[in-house]
Amino acid sequence: MSLRRPVSPDGSAAAFLDRRRLLRAALAAGTVAAAGGAPSRSRAAAVRTRARIVIAGAGAAGLATAARLAARLDGAEITLLDRRREHLYQPGLTLVAAGLKPPGYVLGETAAFVPRGVRWIEERVAEFDPVARRVVTDAGRSLPYDHLVVATGLQLDYAAIAGMDTARIGRDGLGSVYAGPEEAAATWRALSAFADRGGTALFGRPSTEMKCAGAPLKHTFITDDILRRRGNRGRAELIYNAHSGALFGVPIVSERVRMLFEERGVRVNYRHELEAIDLGRRIATFRTPSGPVEIGYDFITVVPPMRAPEAVRNSPLPWQDGPLAADGWVEADRATLRHPRFPEVFAVGDVAGVPKGKTAASVKWQVPVAVDHLVADIAGTRSEAAYNGYTSCPLITRIGRAMLVEFDYHDNLVPSFPGVVAPLEELWITWVMKAIALKPTYLAMLRGRA
Amino acid sequence: MKELDPWVFLAVLQEMLGPLLWGLLALAGLAAIGFLAVLVRDRGRLRARRLVWAEAAGLLGGIAAVLLTHAVTDSGFADIGGPIDWVVLAAIFLAGGFGTTIAAYAVFGLTGRNDRRHRIAGA
Repeated sequence: MSLRRPVSPDGSAAAFLDRRRLLRAALAAGTVAAAGGAPSRSRAAAVRTRARIVIAGAGAAGLATAARLAARLDGAEITLLDRRREHLYQPGLTLVAAGLKPPGYVLGETAAFVPRGVRWIEERVAEFDPVARRVVTDAGRSLPYDHLVVATGLQLDYAAIAGMDTARIGRDGLGSVYAGPEEAAATWRALSAFADRGGTALFGRPSTEMKCAGAPLKHTFITDDILRRRGNRGRAELIYNAHSGALFGVPIVSERVRMLFEERGVRVNYRHELEAIDLGRRIATFRTPSGPVEIGYDFITVVPPMRAPEAVRNSPLPWQDGPLAADGWVEADRATLRHPRFPEVFAVGDVAGVPKGKTAASVKWQVPVAVDHLVADIAGTRSEAAYNGYTSCPLITRIGRAMLVEFDYHDNLVPSFPGVVAPLEELWITWVMKAIALKPTYLAMLRGRA
Repeated sequence: MKELDPWVFLAVLQEMLGPLLWGLLALAGLAAIGFLAVLVRDRGRLRARRLVWAEAAGLLGGIAAVLLTHAVTDSGFADIGGPIDWVVLAAIFLAGGFGTTIAAYAVFGLTGRNDRRHRIAGA
């Protein structure tokens, strides 16, 4: 028996139900609400200091860092810099684009999460000057610092795809989950229209580092599921265009996804990266080893290349060489998140130039490590905290099931519940976690409580 | 991962429910106190007839818990994928059933419904 209740494309009917749904969920599934685990709260006595700490960016990483620093320091001058007032719960965008949640589900207010004692300036960092130890905002304000945490997030580079226009998401079969909550809802409208008609659907990812590398895979699985529910799977061809020779960065997960795609009849093109799109004629052009390849489509979800924000790229902070240099990711020790050339600088979240994971789960495990080292610097002690690259992805394989994929820098699977929640098994419990427990855990993380 | 901290569990529940969490905990507390009060009043004996009716209500409570979980997660029985899913489903049923049974027994005891002389030794 199923009681699925997808919301209407505009989601309005579901918005006011959200709290009631959560209430019911807790009544019915309280035992799983905190699944996923979390580190202990810091109970150490606060360190007295007058240090000036600047946190560039008030997204997930910036807010979580501010919360933890505020709890562990007494008297520090902590400044958060971010112009955006809206906070986005980005892991929820996939659910919005699946028609299961309204756009409001992912929206919050930054102000609600700024900890007491932390000054939030609604300006963006326009210039990083780590040599002089100061940042300059887009309003021209110069802020000197003793310690800097770079948590700016990243930039979606839609302009790198010739012909792409985010204003047309939702029309002419164009979808893109990442662009924002309204765009995710518009993507659902385009997907829903496609699921009624059938045709060819294209999915894929860029060759740059990207946030939540599982998202394009999830979206492919969800599209397959919705087509089946509407009885139109036989009228549709789904093609996933992988940028490399694999479907996921972790080989064992890649192989599992390959098996599932084969089972679901999803065709895969390897070494295909979207370079141009003709929105009017519905033709996508892919960069391949043998030259450009054009594929017509009825529905496409575009995942743009992702890079560090311009202010970061134009500063001395990025890697100077190696695979993470081209897109300007901030150079950071992979275990401590500390900048090797500017030791008073840390990088956390999407902008951090570490090899794995640009996800909320990465943030959850990076922030306590960076904060511990920063506080140790102030206290004149030494921290042994180390980040092992842990990240996780509830990889949705259909509405109602997901695989809990957790891994580290070395592509090892690091399951939270070994022997209980199998990492490569499609499970209902994993879906339930994603549906009701992930957002509260995320919000608790922003407050430094998880 | 690594450890489950009761404070984290509480923080997550608070984020999930807001102030409603305290209302729910108060409700659960009231049910437990009511159950104990009825038990003390009856000198530690469970009334068989009342218990049977409370268990019948508990059965419905368990079923409701499962259906509500499905409703809020947009999923259903067809999505059960492995043994842990059955374990979780059973746990949800038992938690809903047990809570409802306790609450119903308290309510029946305090309102005098379903009371007869049949008793079984207990508590």
